[in-house]
Amino acid sequence: MDLNDLIALADRERADRAPVELGVCLAASCQYSGAEQICRSLSETVVAGGLAGRVRVRKVGCLRLCSEGPLVRAEGEGTPPVLYRKVTAEQAPAIARAAGGAPADGVATADLNAPFFSMQRSIVLENTGRVEPERIESAIAAGAYRSLSLALHEMSPEAVVDEITRSGLRGRGGAGYPTGLKWATVAKMPPGQKYVVCNADEGDPGAFMDRSVLESDPHRVIEGMAIAAFAVGADQGFIYVRGEYPLAIERLDTAIRQARRLGLIGSDIFESPFDFRVDLRIGAGAFVCGEETALLQSIEGRRGQPRPRPPYPAESGLWGCPTLINNVETFANVPAIIREGADWFAGIGTQGSKGTKVFALAGKVRNTGLVEVPMGMTLRAIVESIGGGPPEGSTIKAVQTGGPSGGCIPSDLFDTPVEYEALKALGSIMGSGGMIVMDQHDDMVALARYFMGFCMDESCGKCVPCRSGTVQLYRMLDRIERGVAAPEELERLEALCDMVKHASLCGLGQAAPNPVLSTLRFFRHEYEAKLIGKNGEGTHSPIAR
Amino acid sequence: MFRTAGTTRSPRAGAVASPGEDAARFEVIDLEMKRHRFRQDALIEVLHVAQEAFGLLRDDVLLHIARGLELPPSRVFGVATFYHLFTFAPRGEHSCTVCTGTACFVKGAERLLAIVEELTGGRAGETTPDGRFSLATTRCTGSCGLAPLAIFDGEVVGHLSEEEVARRVGGWTGHGSE
Repeated sequence: MDLNDLIALADRERADRAPVELGVCLAASCQYSGAEQICRSLSETVVAGGLAGRVRVRKVGCLRLCSEGPLVRAEGEGTPPVLYRKVTAEQAPAIARAAGGAPADGVATADLNAPFFSMQRSIVLENTGRVEPERIESAIAAGAYRSLSLALHEMSPEAVVDEITRSGLRGRGGAGYPTGLKWATVAKMPPGQKYVVCNADEGDPGAFMDRSVLESDPHRVIEGMAIAAFAVGADQGFIYVRGEYPLAIERLDTAIRQARRLGLIGSDIFESPFDFRVDLRIGAGAFVCGEETALLQSIEGRRGQPRPRPPYPAESGLWGCPTLINNVETFANVPAIIREGADWFAGIGTQGSKGTKVFALAGKVRNTGLVEVPMGMTLRAIVESIGGGPPEGSTIKAVQTGGPSGGCIPSDLFDTPVEYEALKALGSIMGSGGMIVMDQHDDMVALARYFMGFCMDESCGKCVPCRSGTVQLYRMLDRIERGVAAPEELERLEALCDMVKHASLCGLGQAAPNPVLSTLRFFRHEYEAKLIGKNGEGTHSPIAR
Repeated sequence: MFRTAGTTRSPRAGAVASPGEDAARFEVIDLEMKRHRFRQDALIEVLHVAQEAFGLLRDDVLLHIARGLELPPSRVFGVATFYHLFTFAPRGEHSCTVCTGTACFVKGAERLLAIVEELTGGRAGETTPDGRFSLATTRCTGSCGLAPLAIFDGEVVGHLSEEEVARRVGGWTGHGSE
């Protein structure tokens, strides 16, 4: 396939639009709420009602407002789009028959002009909810693989690396390492076998950004990887997906097969000398495999245990070869940067954090779902405007970012902008994008214990500070939570946090104390209130050593 | 976790597979190994397929894979036991997996789990001795908009109330084995 074929295919697909298009969200969350049945019911009504020439039902990806699913988006010529929410199979015929006129009676709709939608800015998610993830033609009509063609024909590998560097894109997996620098390091390694790896082991509890991207627009990620491979000189890619995401695995598998069939991956892509193959690797439920060296071990079919760095994977990764590892969202930014240029991307966001960030907003907030905002937006805007504030009877107390490696930010600091450095300064991290809102009923010590329990279970056992430290920290937190800890135990807790943070081998252990340290920093009174000898509840008990 | 207790087809506790069924399952594994050209780095993929076929990873199955990929059994057992999704015990007649991700946690997942444990008499991560119930937890299914959620016999149910959990699990305990 060459560029002309691609354009012709896109034109054909675009010409094939019906006057009214109904997009049913078939990402995991809506699917669990019965979206497939709705899709069937819509299609049946269209056929039975003789509407086939006028109405088309499309299986699209995430429509973002997950808590209100199943969601159906109706788009008709000359009428504003309508987003139906909490749709039932019984309501489907009415939606199909409304067919672009006034919204169907008796079906709840969401206001598409509400801040939840209007304050978002989409780069990574620009085609999410628009394209059909299981049809490559649909992705191509939306522009997929055009950036790859552009890179292959009009740019040199060095120019691609330079473009990414100038864009200021930083790793979206959590740590925020400059993507261009990483690419340049791999590109500078001597020619020979190199690999590109996509980290789709989204293990943070409370995070579903990568799942949504993979389920909604998988070709975007494959295209980003192919561009990266061209830039660094790799010809083989791996996507390492969590085993807990069966739908994402299925759609990626389909996407890879379709791209291969059209020659968009494989040999001599776009009639250039560039070859690139992609294979899927399925994780098996080990959080530590999100750590890059552990992930590489797992791809090689071994126990996912990290190793000390250096050497970094950029120098010595898969089977000892230079390997570029980026997160799903990082790769998903790449086609847009190549298409629009580095300056465009660098114009969005803040000084140190460019572009947008996708968040998975959940917890004690009215609107939960998938959110993409420009970097630098305040937490308040995200939680209160986009999220719609707390549900009735609830007062927001804090938001947790970065999962078990992150921290809690109290509501009085909600004017903090979301950017790597600002969140770090507060003892949290940007993380991969999980954002859980908590209210007055949430006990911060219990939360810290919860995350420590998670890290304890997930510690791979290789290094002592993490293996034993997380167990001891969990026990200490448990004693505090149960109200049997003496005041001096709080100091011991802090000392051990410091040790685990500084002595652990990999990010899992190094970051495991973060939820404790951050809740201690902002909610110390909650810890102190549970200690023996406080609140006049007796003195040090001999049990509470 | 998600798959083991939720979506895989597995033999019930105590059910004995016929030799014919076993042979067909081994064949599935052999085909998968062949598909990967017996490459040793395909071990985890092969283990996934083996678990899908047998519902669990038996010792003889692991040894078969070790021979096929020419890996020491210690390596195969080491990898299989490292990852949470692999399971070595037969599953019960019914399974319930409660999501304990952060969003579910702040929305009361612990309480839901306690109800399930109380009603079935089982514990998370185990199958009851009578082989009727397998209980598990999962650290986030990535559907946090539906929190709190659980998976009952493979069906994901979101926005769960305590009453709904009691109703579903009560349905299993109340009507005897189906």
